[in-house]
Amino acid sequence: MAIDLSQFYQVFFEESKEHLQAFEQLLLNINVKNPDDNQLNAIFRAAHSIKGGSATFGFSDITAVTHVLESLLDKLRKKELVLQTEMIDVCLQTADVIKAQLQGHVDGQPANASIADAVSKKLMLFNGQAVSQNSNASNTELDDGFGFFDHAVTADNKTNQDDDFGLFEPLAIANKPKINKPAKPEKIAENRRAAKAMDRRSSDRLATDGIAENSSIRVDVGKVDQLINLIGELVITEAMLMQSLSDLPANILENMSTSISQLTRNTRDLQEAIMSVRMMPISNLFVRFPRLVRDLAGQLKKEVQLITLGEETELDKVLIEKIADPLTHLIRNSLDHGIESPKQRKALGKPEGGTIILSAMHQGGNIMIEVADDGVGLNSALIIEKAKQRGIAIPSSITDDSLWEIICQPGFSTAKNVTDISGRGVGMDVVNRNITEMGGQIQVMSNAGKGCTFSIQLPLTLAIVDGMIVSLGENLYVIPLNAIIETIQPQLDQLKSMTGGGNMVLTRDEYIPIIAMHLAFNTPTQITDLCKGMLVIVESHGKKAALFLDDLVGQQQVVIKNLETNFRKVNGISAATILGSGKVALIIDVPAMIKIGQNISAQTKTPVAASLHAAHGY
Amino acid sequence: MVAIRQAIDTNTEEFLTFTLGTETYGIEILKVQEIRSFEPATKIANTPDFIKGVINLRGNIVPILDLRIRFKLAEVAYNDFTVVIILNLDQRTIGIVVDSVSDVLALNPDQISPVPDLVASIDTKYLLGLATKDEQMLILLNIEQLMSSQEMALVDASDNATQ
Repeated sequence: MAIDLSQFYQVFFEESKEHLQAFEQLLLNINVKNPDDNQLNAIFRAAHSIKGGSATFGFSDITAVTHVLESLLDKLRKKELVLQTEMIDVCLQTADVIKAQLQGHVDGQPANASIADAVSKKLMLFNGQAVSQNSNASNTELDDGFGFFDHAVTADNKTNQDDDFGLFEPLAIANKPKINKPAKPEKIAENRRAAKAMDRRSSDRLATDGIAENSSIRVDVGKVDQLINLIGELVITEAMLMQSLSDLPANILENMSTSISQLTRNTRDLQEAIMSVRMMPISNLFVRFPRLVRDLAGQLKKEVQLITLGEETELDKVLIEKIADPLTHLIRNSLDHGIESPKQRKALGKPEGGTIILSAMHQGGNIMIEVADDGVGLNSALIIEKAKQRGIAIPSSITDDSLWEIICQPGFSTAKNVTDISGRGVGMDVVNRNITEMGGQIQVMSNAGKGCTFSIQLPLTLAIVDGMIVSLGENLYVIPLNAIIETIQPQLDQLKSMTGGGNMVLTRDEYIPIIAMHLAFNTPTQITDLCKGMLVIVESHGKKAALFLDDLVGQQQVVIKNLETNFRKVNGISAATILGSGKVALIIDVPAMIKIGQNISAQTKTPVAASLHAAHGY
Repeated sequence: MVAIRQAIDTNTEEFLTFTLGTETYGIEILKVQEIRSFEPATKIANTPDFIKGVINLRGNIVPILDLRIRFKLAEVAYNDFTVVIILNLDQRTIGIVVDSVSDVLALNPDQISPVPDLVASIDTKYLLGLATKDEQMLILLNIEQLMSSQEMALVDASDNATQ
């Protein structure tokens, strides 16, 4: 297994810096006498993310400190301890220590382990007896051993730059044995040998790199983002031009329309070209995981094989960075909770080694990333029991989706013991939130005893979406094209009114619930007769719904503008965009709409069904 | 002399004054980005009636609130004189609709008196104080506080978690 994690160190350093910054800011803003739960959760999550990242990259000194920190924060969050100003002070000191440790890894000169010990002890004082001395002792051990070896690793990185694929292995192995004292002569000798070998090979490599270097340039992401923004504006301007075309006299119109359609083509090409600059193969991300899986499996004494598929699938760089944390969580989760111990597996008649399959593929305008394991699957009985304990409402019929909703509640965990790896109950809510923020969806398919699959569906890019513009009353809305299956103008015999409330439409031998948008959005419109308007059939999470709207206006690429920048999240709306006219149109959040539809279906009955009845001549 | 002027400079604050019905209000001028005439906004479903919707402000999506509706004024008309004050608050840009904008006033702390508890339509915690201008009462709003309050429906609970 040849993995080079060093090329992601930079990302980890930057991410951790951001988390630390957020962590400090939250701590500084918190009201000590009456702390806000959300803030406590956010502080905890920041610490947790740093821990997760540092464990992935093997910076165990950071992991050790954050683990102690996290234990304290967890107690605060669960109200087992009362927040005191002194705690904030120590937490801030801890943040400084982590910062120093990070800087240490950046410079290749590990921070002094004694300062980490000092804050760990302070943290544990608040924590009470719960965190025993032995973890303290092991912390120091780890710090010493790794502190020394990290030095060597980073020093070698410098000579190799980024491209030391396959060169990393000897050192990684050399690192493995845990040693108490840094200065074991034979180890050092081993390291030196490895380092020498690397130097030699890397100099060979540099020679070939020289040629490759000419064909690519490093560009600041900010510049690419600026290009994408500009393209967005160009798309809007082009739409404006198209709109004003119709006002022109016929003779000019002809010339203009040919040149404008040329412009349209060019804009689209330009846009695709610029988008492709940001696209990166997902292998950049996947390569991080084999190490994680190996280390964790070793720690948990499990045998796990990680198979990655579809590594060449490309997606937006920003998305790759954002999906990293959620994916790490899912994989850790599969390892810890999913895959059983070799003994259990043998008893169940499964092969002793478990398998986790990590795959990526394109599906329409989306990308699908799956984490599948052949472990126990979701334990629905245990989940429901825990949910009852925590007072979470449990739906009458238990499906994978409803279990998933329970798992996604903040702080939910079925793990009996809180470990270094998982079980604190952060995670799934963060995973879900992160993915939803990216405009994606996550689905879980569990097969009790056979395994569990998490599927993440993500848009290819966050900047632009192909949309269908629809009208409702005096407003225009945009529905993402990839969510639309078809649009129909229903005939009377296709419509069925349900006794329990709501209407259904029969299309392609399937009954689909109708969501009357003017009722859901509380907007007055002239068209309330189902046969006079349009039904847009949309799908999300495998569920379909027919959105009842006035009319279709047209298809257009729209630039996604965040509504939350200056406003807040609105249920049923995912974002806003600016149309050719310069007016703002709202983009419909299809998954949310389908959910809303389930709630209001009872109310929709009256007016729409009334028109249906009237049409039937009742 | 120089010392005195410096003292004035550091202490006086400038306020933009505007009217809502018969009352005159003031907000810190440093929070004001620009003043525009009213243009119809895109309505957002299921929001309170005082949120008129969102507008396109040079490529940014900006929500517009009608303070007249929020403060339950009897007459709310939209004409050529209706004014939107675009505010810049803590990384957010929002617009408020008012009857008219009157003046910019420089006030030093002596001229601002504390708020008695009986100002009707607004909670006193959103007020900076009262001042007098041409023998008329001027209500100084803490616009930042007011706009970030739950009652303005501009923020929701989850915002606190992410920020």
